[in-house]
Amino acid sequence: METQTIKSTENTTKITERISGSEAIVKCLIEEEVKIIYGYPGGAIMPVYDELYKYQNEIHHVLTRHEQGATHSAQGFARISGKVGVAIATSGPGATNLITGIADAQIDSTPMVCITGQVPSHLLGSDAFQETDIVGISTPVTKWNCQVTKAADIPAAIAKAFYIAKSGRPGPVLVDITKDAQFEEFDFSYEKCTKIRSYNPIPKTDIEAVKEAAKLINSAKKPFIIWGQGVILSEAEKELIALVEKAGIPAAWTILGASAIPTSHPLNVGMLGMHGNYAPNKLTNECDVLIAIGMRFDDRVTGDLNKYAKQAKVIHFEIDPAEVSKNVKADIAVLGDAKTSLTAILPLIQENSHTAWHQEFKDLYEIEYNKVIKNDIHPTKEGLTMGEVINEINIQSKGEAAIVTDVGQHQMIACRYADFNKTKSNITSGGLGTMGFGLPAAIGAKMAAPEREVVSISGDGGYQMTLQELGTIFQQKAAVKVVVLNNEFLGMVRQWQQLFFDKRYASTEMINPNFVAIAEAYYLKARKVVERADLKEAVKEMMESKEPYFLEVRVEKEGNVFPMVPSGASVADIRLE
Amino acid sequence: MDTEKQLHAISVYTENNIGLLNRISAIFQRRHINIESLNTSPSEIDGVSKFTIVVNMNEVGIKKIIGQIEKQVEVIKAYYHGLDEIIYQIAGLFKIKSELLFEERQIQNIIKESNARIVTVNKEFFVLEKSGKKEEIVDLYEQLAPFGIMQYTRSGLISVTKDEMRITDLLAKFNN
Repeated sequence: METQTIKSTENTTKITERISGSEAIVKCLIEEEVKIIYGYPGGAIMPVYDELYKYQNEIHHVLTRHEQGATHSAQGFARISGKVGVAIATSGPGATNLITGIADAQIDSTPMVCITGQVPSHLLGSDAFQETDIVGISTPVTKWNCQVTKAADIPAAIAKAFYIAKSGRPGPVLVDITKDAQFEEFDFSYEKCTKIRSYNPIPKTDIEAVKEAAKLINSAKKPFIIWGQGVILSEAEKELIALVEKAGIPAAWTILGASAIPTSHPLNVGMLGMHGNYAPNKLTNECDVLIAIGMRFDDRVTGDLNKYAKQAKVIHFEIDPAEVSKNVKADIAVLGDAKTSLTAILPLIQENSHTAWHQEFKDLYEIEYNKVIKNDIHPTKEGLTMGEVINEINIQSKGEAAIVTDVGQHQMIACRYADFNKTKSNITSGGLGTMGFGLPAAIGAKMAAPEREVVSISGDGGYQMTLQELGTIFQQKAAVKVVVLNNEFLGMVRQWQQLFFDKRYASTEMINPNFVAIAEAYYLKARKVVERADLKEAVKEMMESKEPYFLEVRVEKEGNVFPMVPSGASVADIRLE
Repeated sequence: MDTEKQLHAISVYTENNIGLLNRISAIFQRRHINIESLNTSPSEIDGVSKFTIVVNMNEVGIKKIIGQIEKQVEVIKAYYHGLDEIIYQIAGLFKIKSELLFEERQIQNIIKESNARIVTVNKEFFVLEKSGKKEEIVDLYEQLAPFGIMQYTRSGLISVTKDEMRITDLLAKFNN
């Protein structure tokens, strides 16, 4: 290998070395401080895998059992660490298998860089073996993507990819690199990207808007904060807590905002949306000032927009200008990074307590507790509930665990009842609702934060969509705790069939395999609980295990998740039964 | 009225990149919005492309679309204007049998009155070009149609605005 020094135009000395495009890809990742990547080899990406073999002390490649698993693991990695997750795959089916994870990361604003191999450039467009137009396919679900056909373009493309994925409102990017570009040699040097002239990731916080917002908050009689993942992404948790406490404002969260404020905080009034808590949904339509922070008024949060918070003035703290007044018209928009904006507004906020208003939340919580929560987490009737399993995990983990969920009833129950002491502790597929997300995401989370307890909670449906990743758990010795809440149904769909389709249970009943045997086949410690009496001991054994552990809990077959805002109804019409 | 549909011209200033057209058109496709016409060309700024997209939408909807377009990494700025706020032209080309030019005196009158330009003439056919508002081109088409048109095509709308577009200032700001 030849190393040489060339003078760049800025009169600084740049070290370059003559290497292949594939080695450059690996070196770019090292420059971006990537330590773990998730992927699956194949023809068009083999040169890169050959380099990964050489650089295995610098970068740990995790062989997942499916490319979809690689993306979800990269997402779990990103969500718990705040860093960029990296997934890598070959062309054709390898690349298309990434799409679900990419779409999930796009709608949930997760920073992820995907690198795909592509057929040699002279074969592009010829319907070559394993050729697919992955740039075209991924365009609507990526924040940015590009195709590289020359080795010399690799460093700038990857630098741009990392910058775009992480900056502003994060998202997934895809860089497609032809095989000839991977083989080609060139003079490599790397410069991180810090600016793109057409791209303004963080709008400047307008101090006039902040002043206006402060004035409105100070004059409010019934202010209500609703926050989303934006708070976690900008690491504005402390500032949010400071605002909530100083102004004495009850605050509720979207599913992706969960854990930014500890569950036990007295002003944390719970979860918004379709299966959220009773008080925050009901009182959305009673507040006089609605303060939305880093959230995007998803339809699962708002229900019928024509009957959503019409009485309230809306203040929207938001980094993405396209979200302002997209679903709910903002009376005051404070564009910018949540941390910057909240820091700016704090000194302008008057101390307050709003005790009577807060009492309204407590009163409604009492109603919800007696009608729903009590029976969910302390059931007396026969049949284990999902809620009591979550409650037991809370007790045993003391609320310190990161909870990774899949999609469906168990997800709603876990998000409703899990205790979160620490931020970045709720990892779930919110916007896309991707069944199969949980298990691979938990692997990524555990590997990014090995010091943390990571509990994957899935239903029997979603679990079987990606359960081959048990192989990854075994091979990586990733000490994930895998819980399957088995009701032998696709429970959420079954619940809707019960409520809205006269109990016609079309294709929702599942005849399941022996889950314990499957886990044991992957050499995992495994246990099954069918009786309430065994639950505590089993959860204890799982939490105390230093190794990966599988726990199946047979829960009641036809349990329903309440409260519920029926699809298309107003948040005020939330049902308790 | 901002809830009433009307024709708007969206001007998008972008980096000159492969794939951006796909990214922008996907924004419309996803929301089931029909693009009336689309034109891309270099702009007054070196290296910056300009898309002119005409859609029939209300103002509330178009503002959201502008937000989605500007969100794309390689889009510098997007604007929208009602057709009365811009100076625009559409070009139409008409291929007609040459013999008609001599046999039908009426055609010569139509050409003269419409200010259409004869681009080329040969033994078999001649080509007429007419630039103007859409109605002017359609009007010319309707006048010529009875005589028989061999080929007819109309371009996308291109426009400049009546107000100033400070793209150069904007780029200077980005570069700082």
